[in-house]
Amino acid sequence: MHADEGTTPSSRKAALAAFAGLPSEPGVPKPDPILVVDKVVRRFGGLTAVNVDHVEIQRGSITALIGPNGAGKTTFFNQLTGFDTADAGEWTFNGRKMNGVPAHKVARHGMVRTFQLTKALSKLTVMENMRLGAQGQRGENFFNALIPSLWRGQEDEITERAEKLLARFKLDAKSEDFAGSLSGGQRKLLEMARALMVGPELVMLDEPMAGVNPALTQSLLGHVKDLREQGMTVLFVEHDMDMVRDISDWVIVMAQGAVISEGPPDTIMSDPRVIDAYLGAHHDAPLSAEELEEQLHEAEAELQAEAEGTPASTKEAAE
Amino acid sequence: MDWTTIFVTTVEAAIGLETVVYALAAIGINIQFGYTGLLNFGQAAFLGVAAYGLAVTVATFGLPFWLGIVIGLIATVILAFLLGIPTLQLRADYLAIVTIAAAEIVRLVFRSVAFKDVFGGSDGRQGFSDGFYALNPFPRGEYGIGPIGFNERVLWILVVGWILIVLACLLVYLLMKSPWGRVLKAIREDEDAVRSLGKSVFSYKMQSLVLGGVIGCLGGFVYALGNASVQPDVFGTELTFYAYTIVILGGAARVLGPVLGAAIFWVLLVFIGNTLSELVAAGYITFMTTTQVGPVRFMLVGLGLVLLLIFRPQGIFGDKREIAIDAR
Amino acid sequence: MRRAVIAFTAFLGGLIFLLAAGPTTAWAEGEGLKGTLKFQGQPVNGVKIAVAAENGDPVGEATSNAQGEWTISVPEAGKYQVTLDTSTLPPGVQVRDGNNKRTPTVYESNVSNVLFALVPSGQGGKETGATPAPTEPSMWGRAPQLIFEGINLGLVIALAAMGLSLIFGTTGLTNFAHGELVTLGALLAYMVNVGFGLGVIPAAFIAVILGGILGYLQDRLFWGWLRNRGSGLIAMMIISIGVALFLRFLFLFLFGGETEQYTEYNAQPGIQVGPIIAAPKNFIVMAIELAVLIFVGIALLKTRTGKAARAVADNPALAASSGINVDQVIRIIWTAGGALAALAGVMLALSQSLKYTMGQEILLLIFAGVVLGGLGTAFGALVGSLVVGLFVQVSTLWIPPELKSVGALGVLIIVLLFRPQGILGRRERIG
Repeated sequence: MHADEGTTPSSRKAALAAFAGLPSEPGVPKPDPILVVDKVVRRFGGLTAVNVDHVEIQRGSITALIGPNGAGKTTFFNQLTGFDTADAGEWTFNGRKMNGVPAHKVARHGMVRTFQLTKALSKLTVMENMRLGAQGQRGENFFNALIPSLWRGQEDEITERAEKLLARFKLDAKSEDFAGSLSGGQRKLLEMARALMVGPELVMLDEPMAGVNPALTQSLLGHVKDLREQGMTVLFVEHDMDMVRDISDWVIVMAQGAVISEGPPDTIMSDPRVIDAYLGAHHDAPLSAEELEEQLHEAEAELQAEAEGTPASTKEAAE
Repeated sequence: MDWTTIFVTTVEAAIGLETVVYALAAIGINIQFGYTGLLNFGQAAFLGVAAYGLAVTVATFGLPFWLGIVIGLIATVILAFLLGIPTLQLRADYLAIVTIAAAEIVRLVFRSVAFKDVFGGSDGRQGFSDGFYALNPFPRGEYGIGPIGFNERVLWILVVGWILIVLACLLVYLLMKSPWGRVLKAIREDEDAVRSLGKSVFSYKMQSLVLGGVIGCLGGFVYALGNASVQPDVFGTELTFYAYTIVILGGAARVLGPVLGAAIFWVLLVFIGNTLSELVAAGYITFMTTTQVGPVRFMLVGLGLVLLLIFRPQGIFGDKREIAIDAR
Repeated sequence: MRRAVIAFTAFLGGLIFLLAAGPTTAWAEGEGLKGTLKFQGQPVNGVKIAVAAENGDPVGEATSNAQGEWTISVPEAGKYQVTLDTSTLPPGVQVRDGNNKRTPTVYESNVSNVLFALVPSGQGGKETGATPAPTEPSMWGRAPQLIFEGINLGLVIALAAMGLSLIFGTTGLTNFAHGELVTLGALLAYMVNVGFGLGVIPAAFIAVILGGILGYLQDRLFWGWLRNRGSGLIAMMIISIGVALFLRFLFLFLFGGETEQYTEYNAQPGIQVGPIIAAPKNFIVMAIELAVLIFVGIALLKTRTGKAARAVADNPALAASSGINVDQVIRIIWTAGGALAALAGVMLALSQSLKYTMGQEILLLIFAGVVLGGLGTAFGALVGSLVVGLFVQVSTLWIPPELKSVGALGVLIIVLLFRPQGILGRRERIG
């Protein structure tokens, strides 16, 4: 199950083989896409937060979604996972239409996400957090819940599965602790482990490294790579370029809501469009005071909205 | 000072009708607020709709008692859906405002002259409890230990009420130990996380609202039958707020919290009220009159609620690590 | 900046000149009995009502006032005998069916309504009802009058709503005790007016200033302290309920459950202005409310403090990062909010009645105004309140007056469902 140190794991080879020879163009078709996105648009008042023309995610790969602040990455994530409603566009997951599907059904179909600000359920124990991820629980039905014999057996199976995952993520010692007592990095691990309890095909990680103690970074990276080993597809948002280079097979770059480039990590890092997108603002003339304030405002709004689990939005009606 | 009377009324308060009614209302709120994090400020309406469902069916339309109970229950469930379908998507403080407004609407309609023929205006309805007392297995007489006693009617309603409380607590205990309860508690912590794990948050919130409403509505039945009458103003917002105080006093998200909270709440209220009245009557307290004792008791309720939330939000029996007050 | 606040509060008080106080509707709380005696739509006064305990011991007596209302408080819940002294009825009037005794049950902290339907002598049949609709001109003939009353109500709501909305915007607190701040203003003015014998105008002036000071102290000593402790918003909301209960019953304790009125400007005869008939004081009350609201509006738009207040309500984090002293702004908002609520209370007491539940009764309408306009916006609250006031009054063209609040609360619910950001609110506020 674990990748052997030093050798390139087979899944990585397979993923790289699938990407070989693909042109580094936005919207390039992939040999075996698990997720196909077409013309997704999300506007907040006058501002277009997301405007993605076409994007495909290759099955069995680790794809990074990068872009400067305010590029619409998290908003795009929210659209795809049903946490926000797109104004237009459609996307398919495993060939199944997913636009307009509510968040919980998206998850049931095997597309499971994590959040930028970790959502560990802090007043539940680590084990309860894990159990919650399991699907098709008989005991989650109101009437069955009243008769423990109906769900005890299943609960034991779930617990066993959760224990294995926790051991893998080195959280087994904490399993009876309240999730609130974990460190930031441990919460990230727990959130990822909990997402795996759902049994996803596509794991969508929103900034999995944000706020994680550097000592834990390597172990987290290992876990992400592990997901691919187990045949899952990973799509993740990240800022840390080193990490992107290290683990991703393919990189998609967003700026101002649109996909401006995609390709293998090394190609992307030297793409002038990407450099422009990241550094553009600094190349240009200094910002005026109003622009600075506007930028600050947007960033704040995004931060606040993300804190509430909703996408960033801007003024709809002026005062 | 008549300490015997104070003692007797205090003990009676611990198991009395108010305690039963408020315990049931609070058990419902505990499910909604304590476990699920739903700020339903309209619990009074659930009690009211059930009580009036029973009263109107029997007193206005002359239908049998059991049908009244069934109609009361149906009305409660309908109210829960009417309130829940549009509002459960709103955030906590909006839900609070919508439910409190809805509860006021219900009360105003009950007391309106326009519907006086049905609901009886501000005087409410009487004469619907015969069917219930016809089932009374206790023969006429006084029952009790020493000076503490009830007549057969009070005993009957109290026995029924406490059986309902036991059943409700058992139900809550079973549910909250189950995966179903786990989903509820998870929603209280963070509903987006629950959504991302493939659970329909809306469906669970609705189940919680209906269940809490139905348990609360049993309190409405007990009130109506215990007093053999209903009046609209009983079901004002203060009922809901006292029930919240009780939940917090006993400890939110504790199975027995609301029951202990209700008993303590009414014991304190009755004890303080009686003691103050006695002290005033005996001339020990000169700065207030006996009519001012009532307000003082409820001032203490408000003060108690404030102090509890500031200094002991987990209540008397709660575990601080598990308190639910601040989930959004 | 503090001097600006004091000046502002003084300004509010200063506006309350040329005032008059109005007809009151009798009401009582605690445990008690009450009723309204009307004969063919007209109140009947001077009728004696006696209450006795179940065993026959007399409890109290009352005489119906000019509005036909009477109240008698009783010591405890229980059954009582109410007797109407038929000899005090006007000639040609009798109690329907000749039955002048009632045996109502009074419930814990409730006031029981006792009905005596009055009919012409020699007629036992047709019920006149407790509050029959007086014969009125045509529906559209009543409209201007109702619009006038609606604006009157809307302005009072707006005074309170602006403070509530700004407090929500700056601190996130949904303050259920804001209604009690309204009552506080009215009662403070009453205390000064009746207790110290000052005129209504200086009393109102002092009440507004005290309201501002108490608003400041409330934030300084209580809410600000809670914020610094890191109390959550839900906890604070429930704490505000506790505060509301405490204050409400403190008012009942101190002032009793009776309806009171100020010593001056009672029973002014109405004057006719176009299609509208109202006591002169109502016009003056409205003028003051309007002037204060315009003043507050200008202050919010033009002064540094006002701009800072709006900025903080809009986005506290951003405002803080741009160098605004958020705590100070919040304190100013609490001060102004307290003063405005107190003014609303005095105005409400002048144009309607004064009792310890007056703020509680108007609280949901204030919420409706705030929500309708968009939580956290000052001008939204103003617009929303006017809409609510108008809606409440004008809706009585179609629905019984007793249900007029139902309509407004229904609108509140519908607005929250379909446009939770309110009329002037911004979408990002909703979760």
